[in-house]
Amino acid sequence: MDNSFTKTTLTNGLTVLLKEIRTAPIASLWLWYRVGSRNEVPGVTGISHWTEHMQFKGTERYPAEVLDKAVAREGGYRNALTFLDWTTYFETLPADKISLALDLEADRMYNSFFAPEEVESERTVIISERQGNENEPMFLLAEEVQAAAFRVHSYHHEVIGDLIDLQTMSRDDLYQHYRKHYVPGNAILTVAGDFVTGEMLDRIRELYEPLADGSAPELTVRPEPEQSGERLINVEGPGETTYVQAAYHAPAASDPDFFAYLVTDSLLTGPSSLNLFGGGISNKTSRLYKALVDKELAVSLQGGLIATIDPFLHTIVATVHPESTAEKLILAMDEEINQLQDSPPAQEVVDRAVKQARALFAYGSESITNQAFWMGYAEIFDTYDWFLNYLDRLAAVTPEEVQRIAQKYMRPGNRVLGIYRPAENQEVPA
Amino acid sequence: MSPKNSGNLHHSLPGPDDITRHELSNEIVLLVRSNFNSPSVVVNGYLMGGSLFEEDEKLGLAGFTASTLMRGTTQRTYNEIYDAIESAGASLNISGGTHTTGFGSKALAEDLDLLLELLSESVRQPVFPPEQIELLRARMLTSLAIRAQDTREMSSLTFDQIAYPGHPYSRPEDGYPETVQAITRDDLVEFHQTHYGPKGMVLSVVGAIEPEQVIEKVEHLLGDWENSGQPEPSPLPPNPPPAEPLTRKVDIPGKFQADLVVGVIGPERRAEDYLAASLGNNILGVFGMMGRIGEVVREKAGLAYYAYSSLAGGMGPGPWYVSAGVDPQNVDQALDLVRQEIKRFTSEPVTEDELADSQSNFIGRLPLSLESNSGMASAILNLERYDLGLDYYRRYADLVGEVTSEDILKAARKYWDPERLGVGIAGP
Repeated sequence: MDNSFTKTTLTNGLTVLLKEIRTAPIASLWLWYRVGSRNEVPGVTGISHWTEHMQFKGTERYPAEVLDKAVAREGGYRNALTFLDWTTYFETLPADKISLALDLEADRMYNSFFAPEEVESERTVIISERQGNENEPMFLLAEEVQAAAFRVHSYHHEVIGDLIDLQTMSRDDLYQHYRKHYVPGNAILTVAGDFVTGEMLDRIRELYEPLADGSAPELTVRPEPEQSGERLINVEGPGETTYVQAAYHAPAASDPDFFAYLVTDSLLTGPSSLNLFGGGISNKTSRLYKALVDKELAVSLQGGLIATIDPFLHTIVATVHPESTAEKLILAMDEEINQLQDSPPAQEVVDRAVKQARALFAYGSESITNQAFWMGYAEIFDTYDWFLNYLDRLAAVTPEEVQRIAQKYMRPGNRVLGIYRPAENQEVPA
Repeated sequence: MSPKNSGNLHHSLPGPDDITRHELSNEIVLLVRSNFNSPSVVVNGYLMGGSLFEEDEKLGLAGFTASTLMRGTTQRTYNEIYDAIESAGASLNISGGTHTTGFGSKALAEDLDLLLELLSESVRQPVFPPEQIELLRARMLTSLAIRAQDTREMSSLTFDQIAYPGHPYSRPEDGYPETVQAITRDDLVEFHQTHYGPKGMVLSVVGAIEPEQVIEKVEHLLGDWENSGQPEPSPLPPNPPPAEPLTRKVDIPGKFQADLVVGVIGPERRAEDYLAASLGNNILGVFGMMGRIGEVVREKAGLAYYAYSSLAGGMGPGPWYVSAGVDPQNVDQALDLVRQEIKRFTSEPVTEDELADSQSNFIGRLPLSLESNSGMASAILNLERYDLGLDYYRRYADLVGEVTSEDILKAARKYWDPERLGVGIAGP
């Protein structure tokens, strides 16, 4: 894979990354803002996500109905995502139409209406989105586990926000959030695909350089104090299925431990693709799958790390086998983790993780959209080099480091252990 | 017509000059297309044998059989199979559908032989280990318990029962707890022996490989496969009228949102008016942010996070429906809005602007859907599955451009009867 790319900063502070890819007549543009649920305080939780929704409600030049149709008419697709550390907007289009995306993203960095009646109709849409999540036992459990893991840090709440805040937040709250964070100095523009870099950069300068300066607002991060002692969470709700979630405080993506932890997680729960597009592979030969699913303590098992700015969580989630219990499952899980803490894995385990990552990289690289995604995502928590060096850094991990990671992070005292149980006295469906 | 995007994209669309179609003497069809832009390879395909062949008492049998194939073959144990696949960073999934059993797999191109060998072993020489069958049964039963709590799945299942009374499409592919309990190892062995075979099997292979290399390997692995007892697929019964009452709700206490599915029986993929129906569906509930349905239910009324329409197409007459998730208090209001839109859809032609937008959308998005090897492999597979012809994607812009607003209104009226809509609801 050709790894050449261009990175520059415009005079108003906008970071730009461009990568020419000639495999298909397609281009993908992503505009990233360094704002997400990490920047939120109680009272306005969910505001970053709601602001993202308001960015689809139109500007003077691109009213909502025009905006909705413009990209689709060219055969393109677009969406936006809000997460812990970031909010991002993307359009993937036939390469000769990518100017449209450049233009509309420049426009809505400053010019979205946030009309009061649109804020109200979106309030119920977002509450509906939250209700849809609440229908899932795994969401109910994950929300409580995350809240228990972060008493101090703003990773405490879900990206969607707390219901009470969704009911009470005002139009002014949203508009202020928009004006504070949607400025060039707080944004990263990434474009990948079939274009000529010089011409693309000229067009970007023409559209984005006139935008008013603005720098990243100061954020006072309140680091999570080290956890002292295991935290236990119980959630009850409808259904007849029990779920277990273990969440260990994990290092930030830029921490040197992160790559060794990726190999550790791969060994225990299977390889994570980290790709947004391109798909993953199965995890039936991972140690915990063998110990829990093959031994009939669980019927499914997943785990993974997320690349974040501040230390977040390594989670392991299992659906309990109907003939087993959460307690038996946890015991067997801990035995497997203890074993790794007691003895390092064979070198071939690391080699295997590298081969898996190489394959997952190949699948992800087939999507130009995914390639543009990675340029921005990596810049948010580190730099694009983080992504380009990914395979080499994985390959440099030693078996002893994997053992050390298990010892350092995967201790009961460093985790929240959550169990979702079927509620007693449930109404019987008619 | 207005195929604005078609000119310069034409060269990237697959056609007879770059798809190699090879038929084995046992009737297996192999489609191959090289792509050296990525070091990976994808193998997708299907063989005959889906849930259509199940008895009512054994629903879930086709899916159960498919999921047991990789649990042990005459040559490898379950652990050896998955160790080989996962160590290569590859994946191989085999799953039972309604008409066929499908498979999808990908790997680095250097591991193509491994993929094809495992696929061949799994479909030809599975050994159905009893302990693996019980592991899978427990997993299926848990999935069914989770399904019973899933408002989206239950609304869809309820809709199928209303729209297709007495028809195989009314039956869930994953069965019911009692039918999954009733399936024995002998049933699995027999289903495999009877239905799995080369006749009707299709493979599409796309990636950093040369066609000759693939043909040679597939001939070697599958060329001598025979099953003289393979039954012909029996024709589907005629479409039934919907079952009364037309509206049914499944209560799932303790949930926060209700999901609803409103619809009718739609066209099959081979139907002459499929493309007109598909463009109409795009206008009704897909285009832009979920078309007309999204505009009234989500944008204007603020009732739902998701509200869209969907047209299944497929080997038979799949459903054509509108789906939404709403606050339980707002179910009636949402249903009224959906009914109004369906009335409008069947009473007046779509506007010329709407039609031009959706035509342009269909033509422009084609290269995007073919970008990855898996997208290309699925697209090529569909050429064979629906007899579209190897030049279909090259003709596509013209075919889309020829559809008129009258064609769409005709299709809308043929399939949708606003007075006879099936409505499945699941929620608290």
